[in-house]
Amino acid sequence: MTIQLSRRNLLKSTGALVVSFTFAARASEVLAQGPKSAKPVALNEVDSFLAIDKTGLVTLYTGKVDLGTGVRTALAQMCAEELDVPFDSVSLVTGDTQLTPDQGNTWGSLTIQTAGVQIRNASATARNALLEEAAKKLNVRKEDLTITNGVVSGGGKKTTYAQLIGGKSFNLKVDDKIKTKDPRSFKLVGKPIARVDIPDKVTGKFTYMQDYRVPGMMHGRVVRPPAYGATLESVDESSIKGIPGVRVVRDKNFLGVVASSEWNAIRAAQQLKAQWSKAATLPDQTKLWEYVRGTKVIQDQVTSDTGNTKNALAGDGKKISATYDFAVNLHGSIGPSCAISQFKGGKLTSWSASQATHALRKQLAQMFGMSLDDVRCIYVEGSGCYGRNGHEDAAGDAAILAKAVGKPVRVQWSRADEHGWEPMGPPTLVDIRAMMDAAGDVTAWESDFFIPQQTAGSFLVPLTGATLAGLPQKDDIAPGNIFQNSAIPYKFANVRTVCRRLENTVFRPSWIRTPGRMQNTYANESFMDELAAAAKVDPIVFRKKYLNDQRAFKLFDRLVVLSKWETRPAAQQISSGNVLKGRGVSYVKYELVRTYVGAVADIEVDRTTGKIRVPRFYLVQDCGQIINPDGVKSQLDGNIIQTISRTLIEEVKWDRSMVTTLDWESYPIITFPEVPELHYDLIDRPNERPWGAGEPAASVVPSAIANAIFDATGVRMRSVPFTPEKVKAALGSAA
Amino acid sequence: MPKKQLTVNGKRVTINIDDPDMPLLYALRDNLALHGPRFGCGLSQCGSCTVHVDGKAVRSCVMPLSSLKANQKVVTLEGLGSRNKLHPVQRAFIEEQAAQCGYCINGMIMESAAFLATNKKPTDEQIKQALANNLCRCGTHDRIVKAVKRASTYA
Repeated sequence: MTIQLSRRNLLKSTGALVVSFTFAARASEVLAQGPKSAKPVALNEVDSFLAIDKTGLVTLYTGKVDLGTGVRTALAQMCAEELDVPFDSVSLVTGDTQLTPDQGNTWGSLTIQTAGVQIRNASATARNALLEEAAKKLNVRKEDLTITNGVVSGGGKKTTYAQLIGGKSFNLKVDDKIKTKDPRSFKLVGKPIARVDIPDKVTGKFTYMQDYRVPGMMHGRVVRPPAYGATLESVDESSIKGIPGVRVVRDKNFLGVVASSEWNAIRAAQQLKAQWSKAATLPDQTKLWEYVRGTKVIQDQVTSDTGNTKNALAGDGKKISATYDFAVNLHGSIGPSCAISQFKGGKLTSWSASQATHALRKQLAQMFGMSLDDVRCIYVEGSGCYGRNGHEDAAGDAAILAKAVGKPVRVQWSRADEHGWEPMGPPTLVDIRAMMDAAGDVTAWESDFFIPQQTAGSFLVPLTGATLAGLPQKDDIAPGNIFQNSAIPYKFANVRTVCRRLENTVFRPSWIRTPGRMQNTYANESFMDELAAAAKVDPIVFRKKYLNDQRAFKLFDRLVVLSKWETRPAAQQISSGNVLKGRGVSYVKYELVRTYVGAVADIEVDRTTGKIRVPRFYLVQDCGQIINPDGVKSQLDGNIIQTISRTLIEEVKWDRSMVTTLDWESYPIITFPEVPELHYDLIDRPNERPWGAGEPAASVVPSAIANAIFDATGVRMRSVPFTPEKVKAALGSAA
Repeated sequence: MPKKQLTVNGKRVTINIDDPDMPLLYALRDNLALHGPRFGCGLSQCGSCTVHVDGKAVRSCVMPLSSLKANQKVVTLEGLGSRNKLHPVQRAFIEEQAAQCGYCINGMIMESAAFLATNKKPTDEQIKQALANNLCRCGTHDRIVKAVKRASTYA
């Protein structure tokens, strides 16, 4: 149950949202007129993060954005806790390149862990400065003062933050070494405070990016080529002459329409006749894994190397090997990408739901040959994106159209745009080999991960609009730290893990939630289960044998209790019934340095249909200090349910020209009847640093299910998704 | 420009349209500036655009305006309830914290409200079936089912 704040708070938080938008609009006017905002954005300035107005209301500025995960609430908790102000006095301005510090892209489960800690330090620095100021003003020793809800009192006197700083700047550097609060005195952190955005979201008052409007705005749509790499040969504008007020915009292979009403833009985009060249640039999907294996390796990235696996694997013992693959997946936002761009006075303002407004700003500046100072990107929350989806591309599209027509243009992607043109999670292929000695001990582990290359230090996914229009941009492949969790937490004598970075991949790659860690952990944890089965040892006992980590042991202990795990080797009681039941376990230490997750999946296999059902899922997580336990649980829901969907159902399909899964019927996702019962145990460690919770739990889902299928059937599923066809084929070949 | 009369959230409104077959969704969002009904697919596949027409949940993204009569009652999320007067389903969604990004939530609430009007004490399985054609990507399903169940106890 969450802590529900008062109606006053709810109303005020709505007010805060309005204030931030009004402020953004006002600042936009300033931008259009020339002078830059005086507000600092450097990471070492308190004023970059915090402003306290004359009534004592606090504005927290953060470069991180709420992608629907609830971090707006959690960051406000961290700020209010450390500043000693009421939770409902804090409102946020997020992801505005002119007003907020660049705290990095909102990705990688880092918002609380990195930005939250920066905000905590800035807030503690501010609090300390206010305390010193109060001591001077009241002529009371600092040690004799206490702060409650922004009121400083002591020695029979008191003053308020509003009186001390209201409307003025701190002019103070953030002290990264400042002593922050003792967790024992926390009043807000660690509490399940209700999310500030939900009341507006359930009453239709919330303004999503898709709802955002600017005065004088036109509606734009992009007319996409029928094949990747096709060139535009001709356009017949007379084909849309019946639709009023439409302008066609053409720049090389970029074709778009702009209209005064959205429906006219949609109709025009659908009806505009254009001739494109034929193109067939995609590999044959039925031979995808041969294509991946045959792609040129441009770098062997060794992610761990202990002992000598070559010698160990050549020695005596039982050699075990397996190959795993994971299909191309979509982010699959329910609301297709949307953005608005405006050119005014030589400056570009871009409103979008980008997870990376500071990075997007660089791309837009480069596209149009503008200086960074002349481009402002403002975040407006959209549909959840789960990584770098099409939001940035929509921003690029809108900018091209806005520049062409000289008015602000809103671009709303269609469902087919989103399914066919968003950057995708690349196909992943993994080979693993191990040696087991006569005693059942693993002596060597060696793996190769065939994954696309990553541009060093970049992370800019090319914008589709810039590519089609031939505008300048870095031609990067930036899939997003997908090497992570290729190395393993288990201490075998000889280990070598290598990421074979490929020159190319099948589609424009990007990071989908838990990028790389999900696919890599699927392979590693499935293979651990194969080894445990080969050693005829319980899979939890087997894992613990190769770990030396007290937090991991604690996690497994709690998982055993939560799931009522009975110690036994897997696949011992395979029955001949039509519905087979099994349970599988999986474990991850995220990136080997942070959040721990252990999971048990209960599954049922229907032998006749090949359909897998997951009736129950158990998960224990240790992400250090928990800021908001209800927020963490909500993220676990998301990780588990979305990843069950990826594990059992999802796969992008294509012919030689284009993606063919362009809607929810051809690329289905999980629906209500398939969602399991969820059981959690959160290990809270208030005295430890907080770690991320937005991604780690997705890592363990595919392997927990794969291992449960083995437990039920004795069959290994080594290719995600585990479709009924694949399951039936595997069961058939095992029979 | 042709005019079209509609009854939306209890008010008779007149809008200007170029195309009599424009889907209701665009009239609500663009002509009337409502934020509740959302564009998700335009194909009647996801449910984000759901509104009530004469009490029934319909997908406004594929409902041509020409099929609607002026006296048919269109109700959107805004008309279902407001902060000061929450509909039991809205109240239950807040209490269960049943939203992540919240983009699909309009459809979840509108579909559930229409469902609960016909099935006042549903089981979890019935709720899941009622929402089987509404898609959520954040993985909020479990909380949504709990919220609908909770709402059923308020009626």
